[in-house]
Amino acid sequence: MSLDAEEVEKIAHLARIAVTSDEVDALKGELSGILGLVERMSELDTSDILPMAHPLDMPQRLRPDVVTEEDHRDAYQAVAPAVENGLYLVPRVIE
Amino acid sequence: MTDLHLKSIAQLSADLADGQYSSEELTRYFLERIGRLDASLNSVVTVAEEQALAAARVADQRIQAGNAGPLTGIPILHKDIFCTQGVKTACGSRMLDNFISPYDATVVTRLKDAGVVMLGKTNMDEFAMGSSNETSFYGPVKNPWDRERVPGGSSGGSAAAVAARLAVAATGTDTGGSIRQPAALCGITGLKPTYGRVSRYGMIAFASSLDQAGPMTRSAEDAAYLLAAMAGFDERDSTSVYRPVDDYVAQLDQDVRGMKIGVVREFFEEGLNSGMRAAMEAAMDKLRELGAELVDLSLPNSHHSVAAYYVVAPAECSSNLSRFDGVRFGHRCDNPVDLEDLYKRSRAEGFGSEVKRRIMIGAYALSAGYYDAYYLKAQQVRQVIADDFREAFGKVDVLLGPASPETAFRLGEKADDPVSMYLSDIYTIAVNLAGLPALSMPAPLVDGLPAGLQLIGNYFEEGRILNLAHRLQLASDWHLQMPEGY
Repeated sequence: MSLDAEEVEKIAHLARIAVTSDEVDALKGELSGILGLVERMSELDTSDILPMAHPLDMPQRLRPDVVTEEDHRDAYQAVAPAVENGLYLVPRVIE
Repeated sequence: MTDLHLKSIAQLSADLADGQYSSEELTRYFLERIGRLDASLNSVVTVAEEQALAAARVADQRIQAGNAGPLTGIPILHKDIFCTQGVKTACGSRMLDNFISPYDATVVTRLKDAGVVMLGKTNMDEFAMGSSNETSFYGPVKNPWDRERVPGGSSGGSAAAVAARLAVAATGTDTGGSIRQPAALCGITGLKPTYGRVSRYGMIAFASSLDQAGPMTRSAEDAAYLLAAMAGFDERDSTSVYRPVDDYVAQLDQDVRGMKIGVVREFFEEGLNSGMRAAMEAAMDKLRELGAELVDLSLPNSHHSVAAYYVVAPAECSSNLSRFDGVRFGHRCDNPVDLEDLYKRSRAEGFGSEVKRRIMIGAYALSAGYYDAYYLKAQQVRQVIADDFREAFGKVDVLLGPASPETAFRLGEKADDPVSMYLSDIYTIAVNLAGLPALSMPAPLVDGLPAGLQLIGNYFEEGRILNLAHRLQLASDWHLQMPEGY
C-alpha cells in the first residue's frame, strides 16, 4: 500500500489535523510503511472467524437509574481555554 | 536513616509501624533523591512536594492511630497519564501542558485511600504512544543503567525512576507492552493485569479495549501489595470487572512444585539475541530447580499480533483523541478563523508526530470503504491470537518468554523508523490483544544491561504469576541488581 499526497491530505482532514506540504511528504512514506506492516495480517485466512471487539465476554452490568454525580461544571470549565456564563466559546459558526 | 531506598514495602511498612522513622521523613528522603539524581534521567516531570508532605503527615497520623495498612505512608510516583486532582497531568503532550486535572483517576483515589504518598508524576511517551520514551514533549528519559540508552516506553519514566530507586514504586499503563517492556529494559518488575481488573477511569485513554494500569516495582512482592490496592470493580468504568479481588499477597508464598510452564517457542526464534537467550535459559534452569515443569509450547499465530495491534490501537486512539479539540480543555491555537481551523491547528500544534501518525492510521482504517479490510480483519486476527492462548492454557498454568527481543537500545537508534520501533514490542502485544495478565521481571544481566523475563497468566491469575515470580526472586538476586551511581 502506497499513499499519495492527496490521500494523505484526505486522511489528515478526516483526523482534523493541519499538515504542511513538508509534513505530507514525510507522512506519505511513514504511513505507507505502517500500512505495509499492517497488511501482513492478510496472510492469515480468517474467513470463518468471529471478530473480537473486546477481550472480555461479559454482559453489561445495570445500575439503578438514579443521579449519582454532582454538578462539577465550574471546576471542569476552569481548565477550558474560553468560557462565558457557563458556556464554551468557539469562533462564530452561524452567520 | 540510610539506604531506605533499598527496603521493600513490607520492611518500610514495619519500620513505620515501629516508629523507626515517620512517613514525612521517608517522603523527604525520596524527594531529596529525586532532587539530587533525576537531572541525569529526566524521569520525573512534576514533583508534588507540598502535596506529598501533607499526605505523609496524614499517613503518620493514621499510623499513630493504629489504622494503617501496608501501603500507608509509602512514597510512590504516578505515571503522568493518571489524572491527579490539582496537579498537572500532561500525558507527555504539549496538548495537555496547561492541564491541571479537576479530578483523580480511580487508581489514584484507591492508592490515596490506602495511604500512599504521591511524590510526583513520571515522564512518558506522548499519550503512551512509543516504546522508548522519546516521543515525550518533555524530552527523552535516560536509562539509569546507561544514560546513552532508552528506558523503553511508554512508562519509561516510571521504570527509570524505580530502577534508580527514586521512589519505592510507580504506576504504569500497558496497551501493547508499555509496562513490561520498560520494566525489562530497566531491570524492574512490572505487571499488566487482566483487562478490566484495574479501573481505567481517569486514566487518559489511548486504546480502550487494550489499556490496563499496573504496578512497577522492585519485586513481585511489592507488586502484589500495590495491585491489591489498585484492583477492583469501579462503577465509573463500564469495562471494569465485577468480581472479587484475589489475595495476591497471601498467594506469594505458595509452593510452585509441579507448576506447568509453557515455554513459548515463537518467542525464542530468530530475532532474539544470543545474550538474551542465555539469560532466559538461566531463569528457566532456576525455575526447574524450584520444581516447576517446563514444556515446549506454540502460539502459532503470535507473529500476526503486531499487524493486528497497529490497526486496533490506532483505530481506538483516533476515536479517543478526537476529544482534544481545543474547546473544552487542553491546547488551543491563537486566532482561529473558524471552528475547523480551530480544531485543525490546535491538534497540529498540540500533538507530536508519533501521535499524529497513529491518529491518521486509525482514521484511515476506519474510513468508508476500508473498514472491512483493516478494522474487521484485525478483530478477526485478534480472535485467532486469543484462541491460541485459550488452547495453551488448557495445557499449562503459565507461559514464559522474554519480554523484549533485545536489551535497551541507544537513544535515537529507532526514533526515525516507526516500523522498527513497533517491532520492539513483538513479545508483549499478543497479551494485550487477548487481555491476559503478564509481568516482566529481571533475569541475569546481558553485557551489563537488564533483561526481562516475561510470565503470562490465564485470565485473572495475577496471583499465580506473582507467586511464581516471587519464588524465583527468593531463589535469585537478579531483582536486586542496581545501576551504578544511584
